[in-house]
Amino acid sequence: MTVQIKPILSALRRHKAGTFLIAMQIALTLAIVCNALFIIQQRLAHLSEPTGLDEPNIFVVQNEWVGQATAEQVDAKMREDISVLRALPGVQDATPSNSYPLRGGGWDDGIKLKPEQLQDTSGAAIYFGDDHFIDTLGIKLVAGRNFRSEEITSMNVRDRLSPPVVIVTKALANKLFPSGDAVGKTIYLVGGPTTIIGVVELLQSQSVDRWAAGFAYRSVIVPKRLAISLGGWYIVRARPGQLDAAMRAAPKALFEHNPRRVINDEDGILSFSQVRSRAYERDRGMAILMGVICVVLLAITAAGIVGLTSFWVGQRRKQIGVRRALGATRQDILHYFMTENFLISCGGVVVGTLLAVAINLWLVTRFEMHRLSLVYVLAGVVILLLLGQGAVLAPAMRASRVPPVEATRSV
Amino acid sequence: MFAYYLDLAFRSLRRNTMLTALMVLAIAVGIGASMTTLTVTHLLSGDPLPGRSQHIFYPQVDPDPKRTDDKEPYDKLDYQSAVDLWSAHRADRQAIVVDSRLKLSDPASGAPPVMSMMLSTTSDFFPMFDVPFQYGGAWSAQDDVSRARVAVISADLNQKLFAGANSVGRTLRLRNSDVRIVGVLKPWRPSPQFYMVAGGRFANGDTSDYYSKTEDVITPFFTGLEINDGSFWQFTCWSLPARTGHLQDAPCVWLGLWVQLDNAAKVADYRRFVADYAAQQKALGRFTHAGNTRMRSLMEWLDFNGVVPSDVRLQTWLSFAFLTICLFNTVGLLLAKFLRRSGEIGVRRALGASRAAVFAQCMVESAVIGLIGGLFGLLLTLLGLWLVRQQPVAYADLARLDVPMFLLTFVLAVGTSVLAGVLPALRACRVAPAWQLKTL
Repeated sequence: MTVQIKPILSALRRHKAGTFLIAMQIALTLAIVCNALFIIQQRLAHLSEPTGLDEPNIFVVQNEWVGQATAEQVDAKMREDISVLRALPGVQDATPSNSYPLRGGGWDDGIKLKPEQLQDTSGAAIYFGDDHFIDTLGIKLVAGRNFRSEEITSMNVRDRLSPPVVIVTKALANKLFPSGDAVGKTIYLVGGPTTIIGVVELLQSQSVDRWAAGFAYRSVIVPKRLAISLGGWYIVRARPGQLDAAMRAAPKALFEHNPRRVINDEDGILSFSQVRSRAYERDRGMAILMGVICVVLLAITAAGIVGLTSFWVGQRRKQIGVRRALGATRQDILHYFMTENFLISCGGVVVGTLLAVAINLWLVTRFEMHRLSLVYVLAGVVILLLLGQGAVLAPAMRASRVPPVEATRSV
Repeated sequence: MFAYYLDLAFRSLRRNTMLTALMVLAIAVGIGASMTTLTVTHLLSGDPLPGRSQHIFYPQVDPDPKRTDDKEPYDKLDYQSAVDLWSAHRADRQAIVVDSRLKLSDPASGAPPVMSMMLSTTSDFFPMFDVPFQYGGAWSAQDDVSRARVAVISADLNQKLFAGANSVGRTLRLRNSDVRIVGVLKPWRPSPQFYMVAGGRFANGDTSDYYSKTEDVITPFFTGLEINDGSFWQFTCWSLPARTGHLQDAPCVWLGLWVQLDNAAKVADYRRFVADYAAQQKALGRFTHAGNTRMRSLMEWLDFNGVVPSDVRLQTWLSFAFLTICLFNTVGLLLAKFLRRSGEIGVRRALGASRAAVFAQCMVESAVIGLIGGLFGLLLTLLGLWLVRQQPVAYADLARLDVPMFLLTFVLAVGTSVLAGVLPALRACRVAPAWQLKTL
C-alpha cells in the first residue's frame, strides 16, 4: 500500500511552527550525537591501544628506601631485591627499572642522528633495564639481540646517560632509519653516541597524555640500573595464573629480606590492569560523560516528539474521524502519522548532517580533534530516524483508534 | 492580577501532568548540564587575585644563545637573570618562585618522612599575593639574604603534623636540614595555582594540573636551594647541565619571577628596565639577542598559557548546545499546551480579556515552569558537581556552587522558559475568539 505524501505536506504547511521545532530539535540532536559518538570512539580507541606487554601477568612494585645510602649501597640492595623476587615460586622474571609504560611520565629524551644537529629527530621514552627486561615485560625482539648480562652497569642519577648500546622500539627505528636497517647504527642521546643492537616490536611510552602523543611507542631501553637513594620500580612477571599469589608474596618476601623500606599500601603494588585503568581514567570519564549526554539528549528529543505528536493527534481527532468514516483503515491513519514524522525527521537529519560537519570542523580548529568520519553521521541519522518512528508510534496508535463516529460529533 | 495568573498557571500545569513533567524535566536537565559546566568554567577561569591581578606582572628574557628575536622567550628564567632582576628591587614588590620535591618530617614525633612539595620564594611573595596567615607571619627580607633556616607551612600540613595547633617556633626537618616554623597559613587555594603556571602552550589543552593544591612548605629562596640542592627540575636547558638538579650555573631556565607594579608609569618603567637589562646582557656577551623580552600581566599570562583545560571548554560548549535542544523541546511542548487551550482562551477573549492579558497569562505559566525546572536543575547541578568532585583531576575539590552561580541557575532557568514561552504565547493570544466559541 502506498501513502499519499502530498496531503501530509499540505497538512504540515498548516503547522509550520511545530514542524520546524521538531525538525530543528532532530537536527541539533543529530549534530551533537554524532560528534559525541565520534569523541567516544576516539577516546575508546585511545584507551585500548596496546602497550606491547604481557599485561595479564605483570605487576609493578614501587619501592622506597628509608635512610641515606650511597649509590653503590643502593645498587647492591636493589640487586638483592631482584634476586629475592626472581626466587619466588610464582614469579617468572623480574627487572628493576626507572619507570614502566602508562606510568604517566618519566625520563624522556631527544634522539639525534648527528651530534651537530640542532633539532632532535625524535623524542623517545627512556627505560632502564637489565638483560631480563625484555623477557619480564614479555615484549618481542624482532631484530638484533638482547643485552648481555656483562653489558648492564649501574648508574647514579647525577651521571650522564651515555650507554654504549641500546635497544629501540620498531616505531623509533622506523622513524630514525626508514629503510629498516637500524641494528648497528649509531644514534645520539643527550649524553652522547650509542649503538642500536636490537629492535623490539612494541613498547608504549610512559605517558599517554596528549603532550607525549608526538613520540608514542618510540622508546629506548638502556642497559642500566638506575640507583636512586629514594628508590625505584621493580617490574615483575608472574607465572600464568599466579598473579594474585605473586602480588601477595612479593612484598612479604621483600620486607623479610630488608625491612628498611616503604611500599605504599595504596599504590605501592599495582597489577598492570590497575595501571591501565589509572592511566586512562580521564579518557574513560569523558567517554562515559559523552555517552550519558547522548542518551539523555535522545530521550529528551523523543519526549518532545511524543508530546507534540500527541497534541497534533488531539487536534485532528475530527479529521481522523472523517477519514475513518470515508473508508480509511486504522492502518492508513497509523501510516499517515508515521510518514509525517518520517518526512519531518528527514528534513531534520539533512540540516543536522550539515550542522554535524560544521560543528566538527569547528572542533577540529579549536580542540585539535580529528575529522568526523561519515560512518558516525550515518549512524546518527539511522538512530534519529528510528527514534522518531519509535516516539511517534504511541500517539499514532492512539490516533488509529479514533472511532469513525468522531466525525459526526459537533462538526 | 498576577496572583490570578499564577493560580491559573498552577491549575493548567496540574491538568496535564505528563506534559508538565516533560517540560520541567527538559529544562531541569538542560539547566543541570549547563550550570555544572558553567560553574566549573567559572571556577577555573576566574581571577585568582581579584582586585590585585592588574598590578602583578611576569617579566621574561631569553638567555638561550641558539634562539632568535622572532621567537617567544622561554616561560621561565635562568638563575642569573632572575636573581639580577630580583635584587635590583626596581618593582614595588618582587618574588622569585621555584618548587621542588623533598622528604619532610617532624623530628619531634619520629613519624616516617613524607614526600612533599616545597616552594622556595622571597619574602615579598606573601604580601604581593595577599597570602593569609593563621599564626605567625612571613620571614623578613633579611632572612632571604642570610639564608635563614625558616619556613612557612600550609594549613593542611599544620593539621597533619600538629593537629592544627599553633606550631610557630617548632622545628621541621626538610630532607637533612632543620628549619624553624615562622608562619602557618590559613587554608589558601588559589585557582589556578597561578604563580607556578608555565608551559601551557605545549600542553595541548591538558592543563588541569595547573589547579593543583599549593605547596605544603614554603622556604626562603636561597635557603631552599641549599636544603634541596640536586633536586631542582629545569623547565628546559639548551645544553646539558654539569650536575643534574643543581641549576645555579647551568644553561637552563627554571625560575619564575613575579613583580608588583602599582601604576601605569611604573609598569612602563619596569618594561624599559627589563629591556635595558637584556640589552646590557647582550652587550656583556651573555645574551645573543635582546629583542624578545616580555612582561605580561597576571591575567594575560594565564590567558597566554590557556589555563582552562580543553576538556572543560568542550564540555561547556556541549552543555549549551544541550540547553538549546531543551529550549526547542520546551517551545514545542508549550505550543502544544497553549493551543490545546484555544477554547478556554477564546472564552476569555470573548469575555473581554485583551491580547496582552492572554499573553501575560501564558508568560506567567512559562515562568512557573522555568522556576520549577530551575529547582530540579539546581539539584541536578549539585549532582553534577558531586560527579566532577569524584573525577581524578586536580581541580576536583574546587567544584562547588557559589552564591552568584546559585542565583544564575534560576535566572537561566526562568530566562530559558520565558524565551521558550514567547512564540507559543504569541500564537495563543492570536486565537480568534469567534472561531473557538463556535467549535465549543
